Amino acid sequence: MAVIRDVMAAFELFQPTSVADAQKLLEQHGPDAWVLAGGLDSFDWLKDRIKKPKAVVDLSGIEEIRGVRASGNNGSDGIEIGAMTTLTEVVNHPIIKQKYDLLAQAAEVVASPQIRNQGTIGGNVSQDTRCWYYRSGWPCYRAGGNICYADTPEGRNREHAILHADRCVAVNPSDSAPALIALDAKFVIRTRKGERVVDAENYFIGPDIDITRLHILQPGDLLTAIRIPSTWAGAQFYFEKIRDRNVWDFPLMNVASAMVMSGENSDKTIDRIRIAVNGAAARPLRLKTVEDAVLGKPRNAATGEMAGRVAVQGAVPLQFNAYKIPLMRNLVKRAIVRQGAGVEDAAWAS
Amino acid sequence: MGFLEWATSPWGQSVPIHIAWFLIWVAVIAGFLFFIVHATYLRYFAKPREFAGSISPAVAARIPDHVPRHSLVARLFHWIMAASMFVLLFTAFLPKVGVQFNWVTYHWIAGTVLTASILFHIIHASFFMDFWAIWPDRIDLRDAWRRTVRAAGKPEPPPDRFAKYPLENKLYHGAIIAAGLSAIITGVFMMFRVRTVFFPRDPYLFSDMTWGMMYVLHGLAGVGLIALIMVHVYFGLRPEKRPITKSMIFGWMSRDFYLQEHDPNRWVVETSSSSSASPSTSKGLEGRGLTDAG
Repeated sequence: MAVIRDVMAAFELFQPTSVADAQKLLEQHGPDAWVLAGGLDSFDWLKDRIKKPKAVVDLSGIEEIRGVRASGNNGSDGIEIGAMTTLTEVVNHPIIKQKYDLLAQAAEVVASPQIRNQGTIGGNVSQDTRCWYYRSGWPCYRAGGNICYADTPEGRNREHAILHADRCVAVNPSDSAPALIALDAKFVIRTRKGERVVDAENYFIGPDIDITRLHILQPGDLLTAIRIPSTWAGAQFYFEKIRDRNVWDFPLMNVASAMVMSGENSDKTIDRIRIAVNGAAARPLRLKTVEDAVLGKPRNAATGEMAGRVAVQGAVPLQFNAYKIPLMRNLVKRAIVRQGAGVEDAAWAS
Repeated sequence: MGFLEWATSPWGQSVPIHIAWFLIWVAVIAGFLFFIVHATYLRYFAKPREFAGSISPAVAARIPDHVPRHSLVARLFHWIMAASMFVLLFTAFLPKVGVQFNWVTYHWIAGTVLTASILFHIIHASFFMDFWAIWPDRIDLRDAWRRTVRAAGKPEPPPDRFAKYPLENKLYHGAIIAAGLSAIITGVFMMFRVRTVFFPRDPYLFSDMTWGMMYVLHGLAGVGLIALIMVHVYFGLRPEKRPITKSMIFGWMSRDFYLQEHDPNRWVVETSSSSSASPSTSKGLEGRGLTDAG
């Protein structure tokens, strides 16, 4: 149990200046190593003495994984964002704002300006869950134990999962993750065997696959960059985050969508769409069934209603989070409808 | 390095949470060591088998070419149990050694199949087979002593031929009962911690300590089963045991193997003549093998 605050347990600090050196250190220390990016998730764990790594590898001195690089003419072939790029840099980058504004919108609602100045895109997608039982050091499944304290009749589970729970009901807290999934981003990982590139949606895993991690990084692996292809550049984007406080809070749920319409005026239909939500499960969910259901349909309230209903199929509420089902239904509906069809069409429904 | 993993419960109590996973490798290594030691012993040190007495030509003449050993129902049970056991072991331990997949659902479904098949087996063996055929008797213990003394090079009369099951087989069955029932009983309770179709989830069924002990027992039974199944497969593949393995596939063993290894008085085979004859006319024909053979 965490009783000592603000005094970290001793560890060996490494500050490599290249990815190669960082990876060598991570391989050398294996499960005993801790990757430090912006430090905003890390220092919670370390100061609470819940996690006590023997070695901390601080990535802040590695320039090669910092900044946004455009491919082609002004990013016409996509962009690559270094994992250590701060969220503020992501929000303010002109190409991102111009062509991939969905990511800028998502990054802009992460926590507070100070946190966005320090927090990185790599850290935002790789941060651990906010389940307070887990973060308080209770021996739950995610901590290697044999129980989920949140999924009990008396458990405080208002913020927890309604979909794909498997013993653990914690959710992924990232705001940028669903935006990156909607943009069909690729995550570049340096592993012992070389570089590995995975689709954004496959970077995240649920408790059914590994109950102790939210992503696929193994000890020794390092997320170095996020590539966004030009496929969805300039598409119609929608991002909405619902949180208890309108500043500096983790999402209860968020939704991100990228949509391309075809046809003329009133005959316009949805030609291509990618939509993802986070806060509903242990991993951000790409809603493939919703995408399939709305393809070729007009963007109107009926399509939005239908999409919302499809999105929550299979949802199982816990004791205190049944509200998340209408929340998700409405968010998906708004993501479909609000993109040009008018706010009133996407009014909240219980 | 402890054998158990411990944690501090929310109430400050130190509770076990599961076994230390290195025990998986201990079980695997133990299984391989057994192969090496046993194979080496048989290859270089074991003396030729010798049994007391000989089977009379009259008795031998009554033995059919194909001696029925396992009924179709018994074989089906065995292979269903084997399949579910392999699924259980792989789904339990592969994720612990780095092969990650959605294992829990497969695990509890296989566990349900195993539980159902074991329940069937208990009823079938208790009421429709010779229940005592698989339990060691006095002759088994006497012969075990004789074999041990003879293996040490000291004089002792040769042992009798085996009944339906050799003592090793019976002891193995006993170990499987202990490990299997431990895993099944704890596993059924552990299903209260996950969502299944059987009962409402109730993680507070027991105290943290009791749950911890249950997970530990389940884990110990599981790693025990790794070694036991390895040994079982090893014997099933050994050349001198293949007639027994084949009998679990085809249901019968050859007359030659039967006469070489088994005592017709201890394992009575139903034949056209014996089925009509009174068991009391032959020494040891208590009739217990009659229902069991088919």
